[in-house]
Amino acid sequence: MATAHNPRRRQLLMAATGVTALLTATGCGAADMSKQSSPYANVGGAKSVTLSVQSWVGAQANVAVAQYLLEHELGYHVDTVQVDEIPAWDALSQGRVDAILEDWGHPEQEQRYVKDKKTIASGGGLGVTGHIGWWVPKYFADKHPDVLNWKNLNKYAKTFKTAESGGKGQLLDGSPSYVTNDKALVKNLDLNYQIVFAGSESAQITQLKQFAKQKKPFLSYWYEPQWLFNQVPMEEVKLPKYTDKCASKGEKDPDSIDCAYPTTPLQKYLNADFAKEGGKAAAFLKKFHWTKKDQNQVSELIASDGMSAQDAAAKWVKAHPDVWKPWLR
Amino acid sequence: MSATTTRSRTDPDTAPSADNTAAAEARPSLLRTLVSSPTVRKLAVLAVIAAVLIPLAHAKWAGAGWPHALTVDVSGPLEKSSDWILDNRDSHWIFLYFFGHISQAIITGVRVVYIALLALGWAGVTAGLTLLAWRVAGVRVAVTTLVSLAVCGVLGMWVPTMQTLALMAVAVTASVVIGGLLGLAGGLSELAFRVLRPVLDTMQVLPAFAYLLPVVMIFGNGVPGAVLATVIYAAPPMARLTALGLRGADAGVLEAVASLGATWRQRLLSARFPLARKELLLGINQTIMMALSMAVIASVIGGGGLGDRVYQALSSVDVGKALAAGLPIVLLAVVMDRTIGVAGERLGAPPAEGGSRLLRGWPAWAGVAVITAVITVAGRLSGSQTWPGGLTVAIEGPVNQFKEWIVDHIYTGVPVVGGTAEWAANYLKWVLDPLREGLQGIPWYGILLIVAALAWLIGTWATALTATAAMAAIGVLGVWEPSMDTLSQVLAAVVVTLVLGFAIGIWAARSARLERMLRPVLDVCQTMPQFVYLIPVVALFDVGRAPAAAAAIVYALPAVIRITAQGIRNVDPSALESARSLGATQGQQLRQVQLPLARPALLLAVNQGVVLVLAVVVIGGLVGSGALGYDVLFGLAQGDLATGLVAGVAIVCLGLMLDRVTQPTARRDRKGA
Repeated sequence: MATAHNPRRRQLLMAATGVTALLTATGCGAADMSKQSSPYANVGGAKSVTLSVQSWVGAQANVAVAQYLLEHELGYHVDTVQVDEIPAWDALSQGRVDAILEDWGHPEQEQRYVKDKKTIASGGGLGVTGHIGWWVPKYFADKHPDVLNWKNLNKYAKTFKTAESGGKGQLLDGSPSYVTNDKALVKNLDLNYQIVFAGSESAQITQLKQFAKQKKPFLSYWYEPQWLFNQVPMEEVKLPKYTDKCASKGEKDPDSIDCAYPTTPLQKYLNADFAKEGGKAAAFLKKFHWTKKDQNQVSELIASDGMSAQDAAAKWVKAHPDVWKPWLR
Repeated sequence: MSATTTRSRTDPDTAPSADNTAAAEARPSLLRTLVSSPTVRKLAVLAVIAAVLIPLAHAKWAGAGWPHALTVDVSGPLEKSSDWILDNRDSHWIFLYFFGHISQAIITGVRVVYIALLALGWAGVTAGLTLLAWRVAGVRVAVTTLVSLAVCGVLGMWVPTMQTLALMAVAVTASVVIGGLLGLAGGLSELAFRVLRPVLDTMQVLPAFAYLLPVVMIFGNGVPGAVLATVIYAAPPMARLTALGLRGADAGVLEAVASLGATWRQRLLSARFPLARKELLLGINQTIMMALSMAVIASVIGGGGLGDRVYQALSSVDVGKALAAGLPIVLLAVVMDRTIGVAGERLGAPPAEGGSRLLRGWPAWAGVAVITAVITVAGRLSGSQTWPGGLTVAIEGPVNQFKEWIVDHIYTGVPVVGGTAEWAANYLKWVLDPLREGLQGIPWYGILLIVAALAWLIGTWATALTATAAMAAIGVLGVWEPSMDTLSQVLAAVVVTLVLGFAIGIWAARSARLERMLRPVLDVCQTMPQFVYLIPVVALFDVGRAPAAAAAIVYALPAVIRITAQGIRNVDPSALESARSLGATQGQQLRQVQLPLARPALLLAVNQGVVLVLAVVVIGGLVGSGALGYDVLFGLAQGDLATGLVAGVAIVCLGLMLDRVTQPTARRDRKGA
């Protein structure tokens, strides 16, 4: 019997040795996913930075200008990846992305990654403040000025009806990645409206432009700064005033929110290692700071004049050296 | 059949023979006929079951939707596990020693290929791939390859194309190896085959979207997750076809080889593999096509490359840019499909006579290598490694203008037929809304019963059981209502697809010229990433379920047309001839001979139509189709495992149910099983 087992045992032994050797050869086994960067990074000896581009055009404008300056003034190679907001935090923590340039406030993620795990470092403010709200087109608001108060919205529910809203008024919401309390608001304010989720910002923009072309009335979740305002002028509907009390109530139970959205100073975040060892690029990204007007200029070149992001950035950079020169110092 | 039936099951045993239900024709006693007809027997059994169970169910849980008492809330545990994963990803051993290595291996692999491609430069890559295509598949395919690569460069997509190629190379290699090994096991062992077959069958019908979330959860956004999702999606056809090919080997040949005293390994290498080479090549082909389509969808989780360009263009509503990134994907698909297709035909044929000896064998391969090397060096010396910037053409402007023009002219107020906006509104009002209300209004046990009856009538009791269980699982997970919503969208779009598809397919089968004209259009529709046309479709049909339906129809139509046309053309000519000699008119021939004889193909077309439509209706979440597709998107966007995963599982269940309900029996229990 023993002889019959021997060859098999020897095979097993050899296999075990092989596996051990393999593990040793690959660096003692541990492979930390949070330290693995993109396979496309740093090819050809170039120093490279990976930036997360969110899906909205304002964020693309930040990235375009940062990319242009990093490439043309500092000699980096820049990769961009489009990631949704919350997965972007995760990617940033893993080092697959080096920086997010425009964050609209994610307290839960901030707690986890910046305060607890310390894998992400704050990069300071972007200089732009963001605001979310409900908007109607100007051509409609001019004729019916009382629509701008939420108390009158029910009166207009019929006007805002579409094939998808099932007899109620349609409140058009956008991408699933956006911060929204609209479900709670419609319920708590007793509004006769159906929220229709466009599912992506591009679908929402396409729809809004189409409505505007037809001069149809609409009510939409929207935000500023946003270049679309230049093409489709809109007026904000006043929701109940945002108060600290309402905010703290909402923190405990998101379904109880019954007031407007706050105004958020947009933030930059850097991967913690990149912030320490990223050299000039990290220093530059920390100093990157501009205004809503600057951002909108670039956004509009991209989105409505059909320029490539890089051309738009080049044009802006040429025209505004006074703004960006200090970032490089 | 040509390029890229993304998920067609072209394996030998898909052609189900017309069967049992035709048994009940012109028999003496009606009663006996009824009893002996399996259809009636099955219905009777179901009626008995229903009579017992429905009063019970109704008494306890009345109402239309799934009873709340029968749901299980999985959100708590799911949220906990998601938190655990995020907290432990950089410390727990399973990540450090297992997933971490997988991730590292993928990154290294992609990186090595990418660096190699960049080092070859555009000149080297173009020359190398063109020569390779020439060696494997001849001059015509080589020219196609050359032109396609040049177009990728001219469109300014060279670097993203190389990134996609690198990702594809790793993903396809892994899929072929893993799929091949699984197929080998299934081909050689009866037990393995029995275990694998239902799993693989199921994996092939699942929408790619459903795979993303679990992978993202473990690997995070980025290339490793994208490659892994691609492998999971693309390996099953390889495994299936390998197993089928190995099992289909001629017993006589195997016997002969064995009697010559060949060892097990010799038998495998010298007889079984060569005999199965057609299936193996078909498997590789399907794997590549599926990997390409996944490469685009994987951009949602950070796959990079061409898919990411399409996805980014989508966000700025730039159809022209999306098209510029989508075209290279179509071209890559066409090139690979043609290359492998021709290579497959050549494998079967005897080596061509004539031609210089230098053009065959290893000298030719060495020549290819040398020429590539020379051109690479020449390219390097001339400076530019990536495609020279001066040689690009921007197609964005004209394409976008053309799109605007179309939208302006057909959106509304077209005389007689009405504009697309009116179509969409009518489709919603008269088709989708009643259907959705109907489905959500039928009591849950009613739906289960209908599913069971359909699946059993067309399949076996096992398929009926699977379908019903899948449907019940949806209820238990607590997503009954959105699932009925999605189901209504799928059913309505499938009906439109089938009506159009059968009509065009029948027409194409009768006119060779139409078929020739259709072929490139169908190729493009099947390989063009859906992201490219999702957004312009919104401009035409307004946000909601209508654009999703339109996109789904565009995507599923080609497969239905192809299968229908092929089925009708393959009808035995002698049957047609005899009908003609009896004086049947064209219409009679079609109705009484061609369509009945092509029934298996038509059933297959229905099955394919359903599966493909489901895949796109789910992606339709991006344009406002809501329901399950939106929930998956929400899960991906918010990192909300509970919502996303549950919706993903529900999509899987819907796919499973729809597949079983439309799947003819023969596929399961005839040859090969």
